[in-house]
Amino acid sequence: MSIRHSLLALLQDQPRYGYQLRVEFENRTGATWPLNIGQVYTTLDRLERDGLVNNDGADGEGHVIYSITAAGKAEVEGWFTVPVERANPPRNELAIKLALAVTLPGVDVQGIIQAQRVATIRALQDYTKSRRDTAASPRSTDTAWLLVLDSLIFQTEAEVRWLDLCEARLVQQAQIAGQGGNGQGAARKTPNGVTMEEAAPLAPETRR
Amino acid sequence: MSIQGPQQVLELAKVSRTFGEGATSVAALREVDLTISAGEFVAVMGPSGSGKSSLLALAGGLDRPTSGSVFVESTPLGGLGLNELARLRRRAVGYVFQDFNLVPTLTAAENVALPLELDGTAARKAQRQSLDALRQVGIPELADRFMDQMSGGQQQRVAIARAIVGDRRLILADEPTGALDSTTGHGVMEVLRARADAGAAVMLVTHEARHAAWADRVVFLRDGRIVDQAAAMHDPAVLLAQAGS
Repeated sequence: MSIRHSLLALLQDQPRYGYQLRVEFENRTGATWPLNIGQVYTTLDRLERDGLVNNDGADGEGHVIYSITAAGKAEVEGWFTVPVERANPPRNELAIKLALAVTLPGVDVQGIIQAQRVATIRALQDYTKSRRDTAASPRSTDTAWLLVLDSLIFQTEAEVRWLDLCEARLVQQAQIAGQGGNGQGAARKTPNGVTMEEAAPLAPETRR
Repeated sequence: MSIQGPQQVLELAKVSRTFGEGATSVAALREVDLTISAGEFVAVMGPSGSGKSSLLALAGGLDRPTSGSVFVESTPLGGLGLNELARLRRRAVGYVFQDFNLVPTLTAAENVALPLELDGTAARKAQRQSLDALRQVGIPELADRFMDQMSGGQQQRVAIARAIVGDRRLILADEPTGALDSTTGHGVMEVLRARADAGAAVMLVTHEARHAAWADRVVFLRDGRIVDQAAAMHDPAVLLAQAGS
């Protein structure tokens, strides 16, 4: 998450002081990613150093007000225009855990998958409930929160589907090992509705 | 509209179901214990062959267990004769299937009224309850349409109206969104959720996590056994902490 660009975007709206920026950020993202006030001030110092914001001095109550510069506006415009880069790929603890689990002897991979599935579905239940409650009595400020919730719902659902695929591949591998064959055959559904063709790319020799 | 009655609507006690005999027999369910209370929405997930549909059939009295007991509103189904069972099914249990199972030569209102009329309800009263059920699923204006004049999503709403008509307290749904697009599927979940919130016990069999997530509790079946359950926490603080981590 780019705190730097988020704060600049909020300053483009109007000049603000540090605490206001934090509150505005959390309001607009449903407080999903809490901001440390220390992070806000450190980031503002760097933005000032880089000529992207001006320190306009204190208001009557002692708050230091920041405003965006022309260079800052250009930076925000660039941020909104350029697609978010997928970090190379993002570190995914679950994928790493399962990748290691399938390559180590004596690890109950199906157990890991099922435990994760329960936890992920529980999270999906909570997001779905929260979305339902928010949509039932929407306030104007809820649009951003609904978008964030939708994003979390899609990500969580994708994780469950991926877990189903992982399990299907394990079942397929076990069947191949049991048959001593190459597993080629008619496309049919594995237990979670994933076709064997979808599950096929993971050849057993590549994983052990 | 709230639905009144006993708190515990469905109870399965050590229910097993075996098909076939001897060496070729297959155990579809093994000593399953499951209770669904009034106002509770339970989703059942599991691989194909895990026993989901068998569980639903036993819960609604469409099949009988090899051992164990099924209670619907405290009535043991094992003690009922075929006619009594059919009567209980018509009065207390509503089914929603993937392929709707509607009668094409009847209108939406007539389809919904059918189980009431079979049960001896006077035509005028059945019609009134039918329209009320269609209103609850959001399509009162389609009451006079025939099935070939309705979309898949609308037909599924008629099927749900038929399942809830007369305020039946146990709604059993087997992959009810299977043939529908995601927006329409979402609408079906809203209706099932609303029934549970009104006091019905709802049991949904699905392989779609996004639909199971509407439930208060998700039960995971594997090889005929309940292996896990997930209950929503519904705690905003926990929710936000999860999302922020």
